[in-house]
Amino acid sequence: MSSLNISLPGLDLKNPIMPASGCFGFGREFSQLYDLSKLGAIMIKATTSEPRFGNPTPRVAETSAGMLNAIGLQNPGLEKVVNEELAWLEQFDVPIIANVAGSQEEDYVAVAKRISAAKNVHALELNISCPNVKTGGIAFGTIPETAKNLTKKVKEVSEVPVYVKLSPNVTNIVEMAKAVENGGADGLTMINTLIGMRLDLKTGNPILANKTGGLSGPAIKPVALRMIYEVSQQVSLPIIGMGGIESAEDVIEYYYAGASAVAVGTANFIDPFICPKIIDELPELLKSLGYEHISECTGRSWKKHEKAAYYCS
Amino acid sequence: MIKQELCTVIAQNKIANNIYELTLQGELVHEMTEPGQFVHLKVSEGYDPMLRRPISIAEIAPGLSHFKMIYRAEGRGTVKLSEKKAGDTVDVLGPLGNGFPVHEVKQGDTALLVGGGIGVPPLYELSKQLVKQGVKVVHILGFQTESAVFYEEKFSKLGETYIATADGSLGTKGFVTNVIDELKLDFDILYSCGPTPMLKALESQYRHKKVYLSLEERMGCGIGACFACVCHTGDDPEGYSYKKVCSDGPVFKAGEVVL
Ligand SMILES: Cc1cc2nc3c(=O)[nH]c(=O)nc-3n(C[C@H](O)[C@H](O)[C@H](O)COP(=O)(O)OP(=O)(O)OC[C@H]3O[C@@H](n4cnc5c(N)ncnc54)[C@H](O)[C@@H]3O)c2cc1C
Ligand SMILES: Cc1cc2nc3c(=O)[nH]c(=O)nc-3n(C[C@H](O)[C@H](O)[C@H](O)COP(=O)(O)O)c2cc1C
Ligand code: FES
Repeated sequence: MSSLNISLPGLDLKNPIMPASGCFGFGREFSQLYDLSKLGAIMIKATTSEPRFGNPTPRVAETSAGMLNAIGLQNPGLEKVVNEELAWLEQFDVPIIANVAGSQEEDYVAVAKRISAAKNVHALELNISCPNVKTGGIAFGTIPETAKNLTKKVKEVSEVPVYVKLSPNVTNIVEMAKAVENGGADGLTMINTLIGMRLDLKTGNPILANKTGGLSGPAIKPVALRMIYEVSQQVSLPIIGMGGIESAEDVIEYYYAGASAVAVGTANFIDPFICPKIIDELPELLKSLGYEHISECTGRSWKKHEKAAYYCS
Repeated sequence: MIKQELCTVIAQNKIANNIYELTLQGELVHEMTEPGQFVHLKVSEGYDPMLRRPISIAEIAPGLSHFKMIYRAEGRGTVKLSEKKAGDTVDVLGPLGNGFPVHEVKQGDTALLVGGGIGVPPLYELSKQLVKQGVKVVHILGFQTESAVFYEEKFSKLGETYIATADGSLGTKGFVTNVIDELKLDFDILYSCGPTPMLKALESQYRHKKVYLSLEERMGCGIGACFACVCHTGDDPEGYSYKKVCSDGPVFKAGEVVL
């Protein structure tokens, strides 16, 4: 029996490991390296109603234990994503979570309606947290009322469950989570990147052409864990956790904080085989920690559990 | 096919001021198909630094499963790389990208190979393969100053080689384009790798010629998945169409992308 299979709204997954949006494109490149059917799910690159070129380069900069990116939601647009990318992904036995973005409400609604009808899209991830676009994106993710209304509108048209991707760039993450829960969200994904900056020593200018960018990688893991810990105790929605995950141990830590599944982003750039590696290592780690199934780990940091003494011995 | 492999350091030599030549051994050498491809190196375990570094393949010796790279130790990652000694290992992802097309010229044709600074290395394997094909090669290599010059002799053995330095300490004073103008060189094909201003100058000067340029851009994944290294295409310079330097390039036909 598998110790990794999980069930979340819209998602029956063979394991809880999936590449995070924007760090895996639409899977084509990684499919040359390993069988994508091995993954629990795939979160595809943000999709907007029209094609977007994104920001000027440089779009990435390295930081201590992390990186900044300001891609600017580059994607081929809704029609191409549905007809070419999603159609191509159908050959794999893996559910797709479609990351939906836009600069105004109508865009989100249009994308959600069409993309949720695709055969292999089992859930939407509403991206109200992209820090790298001038309009939309994070603007929807920092005002609770706006986030709630958008969630509601998207829920009305979506044919699959809607997960809302929260931004860490807020003072009260619980308030945001509650707002989208009230808007009808089926789940949460968190966290998106933290807004940051790096400057060039010689020129004094920002390294990124966009000046600021989103910080990801191991540097943000403690922030994500804290936020998931807070939110999971206040909101009853399942959480897909992300931020700096690069090992099976990290996955368990996210579960302890309150996650029910996890996504791996930046680590794919450093080790392109990281997702299958984690999937292979998890069962052994769970066993050594005394668990029969990974779901036993969700929220252990705050749940009262009788078996604690036994497991700790 | 792209592989990830822990390759063994065979040799590491300092060949000019801050310039190192690194020889690695690994099975992925047998996947290297074109000169001008690159590898993505993780220079140390852990986070210092975290990201891989893109470095061009400078020479391939499939018989030994060896390949060489030449790089400038400048920032955190490349300085760390320069500390590697024979017997150490380096985590290599590659080969990546599309290189210089060598079959665009035929025996007896003349190829002009123009390199600037750390853009010179991939031209070495290219030159070797062209010579093997019976193509006449002429090299024009630009550097900042004499102490930064490398591989002058090795290139000279393959064909005529001209050096330009910005300060005039060796060869022609000025840019590679000055040398080409001065010598009134004619050629059937031009291959180049180096700083963008140099590539731009070559592109605008030789619009009517067959020109291939190798580009540089900051990278995340190196395999085409993250959209970090994207540039506009030449036929749609303001629009939505794009090419990725890492997986569509790094070598493009002049005019194919906006420099
Ligand atoms: C396809 C390709 C082939 C290359 N081939 C060579 C080669 O053969 N020899 C050589 O010396 N250099 C080459 N470079 C440049 C080389 O990648 C950079 O010099 C190197 O990444 C700098 O790393 P660092 O640790 O010294 O600098 P840092 O300043 O610590 O680097 C910080 C970040 O910026 C990136 N970065 C900095 N400068 C560059 C640059 N010029 N191009 C791309 N990314 C950069 C780094 O990869 C890293 O992510 C190549 C670049 C590309 C894109
Ligand atoms: C290069 C890059 C591109 C990204 N693009 C998107 C995107 O299109 N949509 C989105 O919701 N998140 C995007 N993200 C955020 C990631 O999905 C993830 O939330 C974040 O990077 C934290 O996880 P990590 O530390 O494992 O990378 C991107 C991140 C990176 C590094
Ligand atoms: S570096 Fe990721 S797409 Fe080129």
